Amino acid sequence: MKLELSKRSAPSIVMTYLSPLIGLSLALVAGAIMFMFLGKPPLQALYAYFIEPISELWSVHELLIKAAPLILMGAGLCVCYQSNNWNIGAEGQMIIGGMAGSALPVMFPEFSGPLVLPLMIVFGMLGGMLYAAIPALLKTRFKTNEILTSLMLVYVAQMILDWTVRGPWRNPEGLNFPETRRFDAFARIPEMLPADGRANFGFIIAIVVAILIWVLMSKTLKGFQVKVIGASPRAAKFAGFDAKHMVFFAFMLAGATAGLAGTIEVAGATGQLLPTISPGYGFTAIIVAFLGRLNPIGAIVAGLVLALTFLGGEAAQITIGVSDKAARVFQGLILFFVLACDTLILYRVRLIFGDKTAAKGAA
Amino acid sequence: MKKLMIGLAGVAALTLSMATGAVADDKTKVCFVHVGPITDGGWTQAHHQGMEQMADHFGDKVETAYIENVAEGPQAGAVIERLARQKCNVIFTTSFGFMDPTLEVAAKFPDVKFEHATGYKTSENVTSYNSRFYEGRYILGQIAAKTSTTGVAGYIASFPIPEVVQGINAFVLGAQTINPDFKLKVVWVNTWHDAGKEADAAKVLIDQGVDILTQHTDSTAPIQVAAERGVKAFGQALDMIEAGPETQLTAIIDTWGAYYIKRVQAVMDGTWETQSTWDGLKDGILDMAPYTNVPDDVKAMAEATQAAIISGELHPFTGPITKQDGSAWLADGEVSDDGTLLGMNFYVQGVDDQLPQ
Amino acid sequence: MGLTEAILLTIATAATPLLLAAIGELVVERSGVLNLGVEGMMIMGAVGGFGAAALTGNPWIGVIAAVAFGALTSLAFAFLTLSLAANQVATGLALTILGLGLSGLLGEPFIGKAGVKLPSLDLPFLTDIPLIGPLIFGQDPIFYVSIALIFGVTWFLFRTRHGLTLRSIGDNHVSAHALGIPVLRYRYLAVMFGGACAGLAGGHLSLVYTPQWVENMSAGRGWIALALVVFASWRPARVLAGAYLFGAVSIGQLHAQALGVAIPSQFLTALPYLATIIVLVLISQNIRMTLINTPAMLGRAFVPDR
Repeated sequence: MKLELSKRSAPSIVMTYLSPLIGLSLALVAGAIMFMFLGKPPLQALYAYFIEPISELWSVHELLIKAAPLILMGAGLCVCYQSNNWNIGAEGQMIIGGMAGSALPVMFPEFSGPLVLPLMIVFGMLGGMLYAAIPALLKTRFKTNEILTSLMLVYVAQMILDWTVRGPWRNPEGLNFPETRRFDAFARIPEMLPADGRANFGFIIAIVVAILIWVLMSKTLKGFQVKVIGASPRAAKFAGFDAKHMVFFAFMLAGATAGLAGTIEVAGATGQLLPTISPGYGFTAIIVAFLGRLNPIGAIVAGLVLALTFLGGEAAQITIGVSDKAARVFQGLILFFVLACDTLILYRVRLIFGDKTAAKGAA
Repeated sequence: MKKLMIGLAGVAALTLSMATGAVADDKTKVCFVHVGPITDGGWTQAHHQGMEQMADHFGDKVETAYIENVAEGPQAGAVIERLARQKCNVIFTTSFGFMDPTLEVAAKFPDVKFEHATGYKTSENVTSYNSRFYEGRYILGQIAAKTSTTGVAGYIASFPIPEVVQGINAFVLGAQTINPDFKLKVVWVNTWHDAGKEADAAKVLIDQGVDILTQHTDSTAPIQVAAERGVKAFGQALDMIEAGPETQLTAIIDTWGAYYIKRVQAVMDGTWETQSTWDGLKDGILDMAPYTNVPDDVKAMAEATQAAIISGELHPFTGPITKQDGSAWLADGEVSDDGTLLGMNFYVQGVDDQLPQ
Repeated sequence: MGLTEAILLTIATAATPLLLAAIGELVVERSGVLNLGVEGMMIMGAVGGFGAAALTGNPWIGVIAAVAFGALTSLAFAFLTLSLAANQVATGLALTILGLGLSGLLGEPFIGKAGVKLPSLDLPFLTDIPLIGPLIFGQDPIFYVSIALIFGVTWFLFRTRHGLTLRSIGDNHVSAHALGIPVLRYRYLAVMFGGACAGLAGGHLSLVYTPQWVENMSAGRGWIALALVVFASWRPARVLAGAYLFGAVSIGQLHAQALGVAIPSQFLTALPYLATIIVLVLISQNIRMTLINTPAMLGRAFVPDR
């Protein structure tokens, strides 16, 4: 018995929308079985996971808060990965960007007015861009592989943030606890609908940026360059596209989105800089980019879905008493099944028994 | 079509069952938010044990819920709010980083009581509670100075926050009452629990000549290393004697159960009020593990010190104490005020390390 | 035992899991597959190893179980990325999430249980030789396996026909397929070897390094291993150098702290990561060598056509 894949002449449109649903359904079944094994009511667990987080408005707000950085960084990483630049360091770029964005309210708290927030955002993006330029520089100048450099720089960024928040930027009124001073209203991203929940305009910014990146990728020459350089460096060279420029462009774009995400996190929900500002969003964003099939619009959907699984995990723990390990397993299962079913988009799947060919797969 | 109807009926039934599954009104619902896993062998596990103790005490009158591995920061707000909406009567948030999210959610739910550990902000319905771990560290320091032959102890520290600094200072002060020249080597592992790193730190300290270890991290790895190398060690947050039956001299045990019982009782009686408490050995919020593997005179000394702290005769931070930079801090007989301790970011003399300023 | 021996032993213990996971992943990547799930395979090996040892009381059974758990975990990855041509990066990350969660679930009954430690070698005369004695003749069995693997993998990749075939698949799987080489079969075996090595690394953590089970005890070592493969420019001997460099700087910075060196601990903690970048920049001056050894097909899916 053999599993055989035959490539479709063109990606199946039907499957593009159907396959994630098939994957999700399989994951639901697998998850239900797992919950049963753990002695938890399966239907209620699934309800807590998927329906509960979006059944109340305040919770939808939380979903948007969680999704914003994922969408932003996911969209930026789409550009990196499509151009074959393996940026694994979005987490570090987010941290440095968040720090850069916080520099103004922390170091010059007397400076107030409507200019503060836009400046913070600009600084945040610049910070992320510059930090992302380091692996780009090392790659183009020294041919140092960017997987290593961008990853190692994440740990470095975490330590820089930790030292800064505990040392020079420590809140003078904070009883020497590791936190910066709280930002005043001018340095905060306003909430969208304060009566209903905490979501701030960061989510709108994320959507807008993702759409802009999509326009870049699909409608501009730059986007074309990205795809050609990624798919075939030789063809790109013949066309006169500069691969070295692209390394910088891709990394710095991703760095800018990461820095923006960091600033939104800090200036939005938190309102100050803490020793850790991200529970691994930069790494989750990598999954978002790929689940979105390296398409920024896909990243929006994938970001929302992943944020839902996080929120759902919390709800399941609280409502059903599922352990957080089980919640994580379920999250992994969802990813696994969705990724497995993705195959159906590009390939026809057949099971071959001996020398009889039994076709099994959707058209 | 039939399948669709059955499916819809199923969803309707499910939704109905959810709606009618309300919380029984006579039970008090007690909820916990944890920063780490309840199996971390240290901080969170101790809180969880406190919760279980409380639940055993009240039996059918309470029901509990908890969530672990919640990242500190604004993300915690979603979790705390969900708990509040799940009709928790009192919510305990057991880590400093939950302070601001707790206050934010508390403002939205004035009927729910919130208790935040190791913070400093309170409000109408938010209480702050803390434990005087440094009292235990003082005793550890005394034992260390008595049992060490090299006169150097090793301290595996996590992050330079005031609580950790208090611990280091109290340890040194306790040791100096026995041996004024007692030295302390500090290693910062920049994590609360990473068994491998803690083991490495322990090996490094022992290699540099310490013969007694103490830690402000969660795993039993340092005690295991100490057992292998034949040096002594102290447990942290829980009794770690099983990891080192001949190694552990004592441990500081976080016994939150007594506090939790007190506060839940107050909620039940309707006498709950906001407060900011910093309980110590005398209130039973922490305890010392049995003194093992030490000669009787050391045991007697430790017990005497413990009793003196409980009775109020002895306060670990009593002058004369000089700061590391040479300046005078406490005059003879002067006792430190709580405010200075809560924000402690300086060392006393005798600590061979630098703090970020 | 003197201070130098003690420090070297501590470094060896710290470097061994990194070395094992990295050498396994090196073989995987040489075949053209990028498996970011090293952390997931490692932690599964750790829980499998500890559990088996705790249940049977025999640490050797633990070692076997660790290897098996790692290999089985990698099988899931292999099925998705090789048979179903799923995206390797995303699948690897999903595997890490799954592995961390599943190991937590499986390991729950073993929390707080006493560990069973693998005995170290103790040869009557040789182990007592000053300086090199304990280092060469007094370590745990997994250490010796890790060193043997460096030699074994080098020999396999560069001195055997199968190794050559594997490398050729990593460089151009289309041509390899055209030559009649069973590309997927080689990749399956390579991935499972990588899983076995990562599992063994996990077993080292829970059976030698810190004989206990703690959730997430791999603490990011899988990611370091991935970086080390890149650091090594996919050459086995350099994996050894990289793992020990990282281990040495990690232990060295702890010593600096204990000595009271007046540098902030955060900077010292960041030192191993910075050192890895800097050293890599310095040693990859020979661009030709780097390019020759980089598997060109890394991360690309392969679907055999007719």
